[in-house]
Amino acid sequence: MTTGLALRRLAPLALFLALLAVWEGACRALQVPAYFLPAPSAIWSDLLAGWRLILGSAAVTFGMALAALLIASIVACAVALAVSLNSLLDDAVRPLAVALQVTPVVAIAPQVSIWAGLAHPERAVIALAAVVAFFPIFSGAATGLKSADPDLERLFDLYGASPLKRLLRLRIPAATPFLLEAHKVAAGLAVVGAVVAEFVAGSGQTQGLAWRIMEASNRLRTAEEFAALAVLAALGLLFHGAMQAFEAAALKFWSGR
Amino acid sequence: MTRLAALEQAEVVYGRGPVLGPIDLVVEAGTITALVGPSGSGKSTALRLLAGLEPPSGGRVTRVVERGATAMVFQAPTLMPWADALTNAALPLELSGVPREAARARAAAALDRVGLADAAAKRPAQLSGGMAMRVSVARALATEPRLLLLDEPFSALDTPTRRRLLDDVHHLWSGASTGARPGVVFVTHDVDEAVYLADQVVVLSPGPGRVAAVIPVGGATPRPSGFRASPAFHEAVDRAGAALIGAMSA
Repeated sequence: MTTGLALRRLAPLALFLALLAVWEGACRALQVPAYFLPAPSAIWSDLLAGWRLILGSAAVTFGMALAALLIASIVACAVALAVSLNSLLDDAVRPLAVALQVTPVVAIAPQVSIWAGLAHPERAVIALAAVVAFFPIFSGAATGLKSADPDLERLFDLYGASPLKRLLRLRIPAATPFLLEAHKVAAGLAVVGAVVAEFVAGSGQTQGLAWRIMEASNRLRTAEEFAALAVLAALGLLFHGAMQAFEAAALKFWSGR
Repeated sequence: MTRLAALEQAEVVYGRGPVLGPIDLVVEAGTITALVGPSGSGKSTALRLLAGLEPPSGGRVTRVVERGATAMVFQAPTLMPWADALTNAALPLELSGVPREAARARAAAALDRVGLADAAAKRPAQLSGGMAMRVSVARALATEPRLLLLDEPFSALDTPTRRRLLDDVHHLWSGASTGARPGVVFVTHDVDEAVYLADQVVVLSPGPGRVAAVIPVGGATPRPSGFRASPAFHEAVDRAGAALIGAMSA
């Protein structure tokens, strides 16, 4: 690894540590009350003390986000596949998909909670997070399925390829980079969606990170709240990183480079 | 000679206006016709009409060749990046219903003919521009087409690579027995290239392209090594060049 590359890799960590140092120093120097803004050392202590509980909540949030991503992926890809085969269906579905995208999760959460059953708040959270993750996958898949080289499309025309052969041998492979990128974006949104949905539809039964944050906030246990937030950020970064690594490996396989 | 395809007073009009014709053009088996003309003269459109890829807005297109017996090479290599060279070369055969193993054997033979037998397992990203274009030519040759349509296939390549590929195509065409030679239509901007490859050069006027001149090209087939220095070559280049300039300034 060259020095320049090593510096580039270390730069985010150095900035993070510097910000923590400034934060810690400011809290100590100004004697900021812990309920208002706890020092990083206090947050760390809280995290060490309650790591089982917080990691358990993180696993619940991650599980719901993953389930939401899976459901969004299946539904969005199926709808995108259908609209790619029929332009009339495309015209019909797109406005609905956009309407779904611009509708805030919090606005539909109460109704979705009722539909999911009040005894099953995790279903509502997963459904709402899936709604959030749906659009980027649908949009990426729909765009990708139309992204094949026009001359390759002509080649398929020239040899009278059936719609199924065209789909399997040209359009789906051509859509792969778009699908990977869309899933990477949707993964982050699924985590955000799961947390937001748990805030509005979780009702304490789901016990995910959002509930941990809410509970700590209500009791003015700000350090515990920040510890849960830190784990949430780490979860988002890990999920995004995993998707990015998968995308890079898949694209390498796809293009042979 | 066997007539393979013909345009009779064919014209194409898009939303923005006429782009081609009316134009008459006959393609016969065993001949090479070069279409030259300025950008926007409808050369590629004429090729798509001959391929049956789009219908004419007026006039008639007659195609005697069946669908699977037409091959086309585009401006770019137009390969599937996710598939290796062999799979790319076998694609038209597989789409035409040839069993997979037979298609791959014929594709491998075609890759061998263009000197890429060792690159069969390589992906397009692992090939140079010239090699990728050879795969594209192999993909067309693998089908043993009766009608071969070349749409400025070498325009993006450097001069030495372009000349080598031009020689390759000509040798592959002339190497076939006389009865097995396909009819070739070759679209190009380059008059030298057109004269080197073709039996006749059809000059199109600026869009909507019409036939401004037809220049027959003499000389031996296959082209001897000194053909570019021969009087027949220079005479045909001069005539085609003058016709092209005349068409553009008319």
